[in-house]
Amino acid sequence: MEFAPILTIAAKEFRDRIRNRWVLAVSLIFTVFALVITYFGGAQQGDVGFRSIEFVIASLVSLVIYLIPLIALILGFDAIVGERERGSLDLLLSMPITRVELLLGKYLGLATALTLSTVLGFGLVAVMLLAHLTPSALLHYLGFMLSSVLLGLAFLSLAVMVSVFASDRTRASGLAIALWFLFVLVFDLLLLGALVLSGDSAVGVIFPYLLLLNPADVFRVLNIFSLDEVRNLYGLATVFPPALAKPWLLGGLMLVWIIAPLGLATWRFHK
Amino acid sequence: MASITPVPADTVIAVHGVTKHYGSVHAVDGVTLDCRRGELFGLIGHNGAGKSTLFKMMLGLIPVTAGSIQIAGENVTGKGFRNVRRKIGYLPENIVLYDNLTGLETLQFFARLKGLPPDHCAATLGRVGLQHAAERRVNGYSKGMRQRLGFAQALLGNPQLLFLDEPTNGLDPEAIRGFYTILNDLKKQGVTIILTSHILAEIQERVDRLAILASGKLQASGTVQQLREQMSLPLTITVKPAVGAMDSVQKILAQLPGLTVSTSADCITVHCPREQKMQVLTTVTALGPQVQDLHVREASLEDVFFGFSG
Repeated sequence: MEFAPILTIAAKEFRDRIRNRWVLAVSLIFTVFALVITYFGGAQQGDVGFRSIEFVIASLVSLVIYLIPLIALILGFDAIVGERERGSLDLLLSMPITRVELLLGKYLGLATALTLSTVLGFGLVAVMLLAHLTPSALLHYLGFMLSSVLLGLAFLSLAVMVSVFASDRTRASGLAIALWFLFVLVFDLLLLGALVLSGDSAVGVIFPYLLLLNPADVFRVLNIFSLDEVRNLYGLATVFPPALAKPWLLGGLMLVWIIAPLGLATWRFHK
Repeated sequence: MASITPVPADTVIAVHGVTKHYGSVHAVDGVTLDCRRGELFGLIGHNGAGKSTLFKMMLGLIPVTAGSIQIAGENVTGKGFRNVRRKIGYLPENIVLYDNLTGLETLQFFARLKGLPPDHCAATLGRVGLQHAAERRVNGYSKGMRQRLGFAQALLGNPQLLFLDEPTNGLDPEAIRGFYTILNDLKKQGVTIILTSHILAEIQERVDRLAILASGKLQASGTVQQLREQMSLPLTITVKPAVGAMDSVQKILAQLPGLTVSTSADCITVHCPREQKMQVLTTVTALGPQVQDLHVREASLEDVFFGFSG
């Protein structure tokens, strides 16, 4: 494997997203949503303005868990199938590059664009709130940003996998939407249903492990567990064993969620 | 067609018994052909005859169902083919480029993928007459300009082998002439070129050898002249008699055996088998001042093509 072609393809993908203002638009979306949540999140309780970092992060987690997977899936679903359908894939593959290098280049370029948007969008909010933040609160916020980046990369990996397996763009978009529904909406409902139906026996024991099968849930646990107030608020401490809730373990799991779909896509594309 | 024949030493492309099946569809069926160094080789056939599929197999883009393809001595499915790719330029049919890049950026992107320094790209753009549009985005390019940019992309890095799929699609006559001038220069430098085209009149005088594909099968291959002879296609000789000599000239020509003679207002058209060509010409020239003009036309590539492909 050679790195030069990977970087060439990545640079092109990244530059495309800068040029068509994708990075700018997504950064703005993140900033605006984060600011609205920060200042008006407590409006229902008659409270307007910044309250505490725990509150801000808890609210942002609920937002990000919907938004970032959706944005990542939209960004990557046609990475390969789009080139194939437009008719530009043959020319790319006739170059002295391997399929693996093409795929990794695509992923790297899109991942850089998504990461930059996330860091810029939420970073701007951190800068605005800087006066209100203690060092430990800032650390929590940075942790939230890092986990958001990982969540984005995991769903981007799933999206690129979809773009390799799907035979056309329409199918790829359908699959991407299905994955979003599955991981963001349906998965938790199914788990909850299983938990209720089974009483508190077997499912209760394996419940935390099942949560790890969903990158969105890993993200949630990763953020909620680092904040004492929020942990109690969500009641998660009662179902999630602290032994599993180690940031390095959950972070490692996110890495698995990034590498595994990409690995599967590489295998399939190579075939 | 798949008989084993000795492969000449300067063979650059060796296709042997290549077959591609998509389910029950035989896109390419037992094709054997070779191209030699410095040769301009044409591949012609109807739409769906298997030309583009054969091209893609030659470039290692799709696997063969059976048979083997060697380019510059390397098997196209082998690991060593990556290095051969550096010496190959490919212009796909109906090339799709990136609309949001400028012409120059497009070439720089492909140059980097080929592992070349991007500093020759401006000169390559100039070579295809696009220097004025170097900084314009491709979405503002006409079809002909896109095709020229695609050709420039294929020329990057002085390739030793060019695969051109319908390269003159969308080009105006001037651009077509410029295109073949470049091909001739490249040929002189020893570059091997294989191209497909629908415009048979355009390539019949230009290719060194060609192959005719129909329904995935190789129908014939050789020089245009060899294919004419193989088909035994008659020549067309048009004689324009001097004023008042129409009847006498026609009478003499009608006496020659094995000819089809027809007349129009002021010309006599003779379709004659190749082996009678000299006999007819000798007869006509012996008529002296009775003949005002004479024109001999070989069967065109179109005639040959329809003869083989039906």
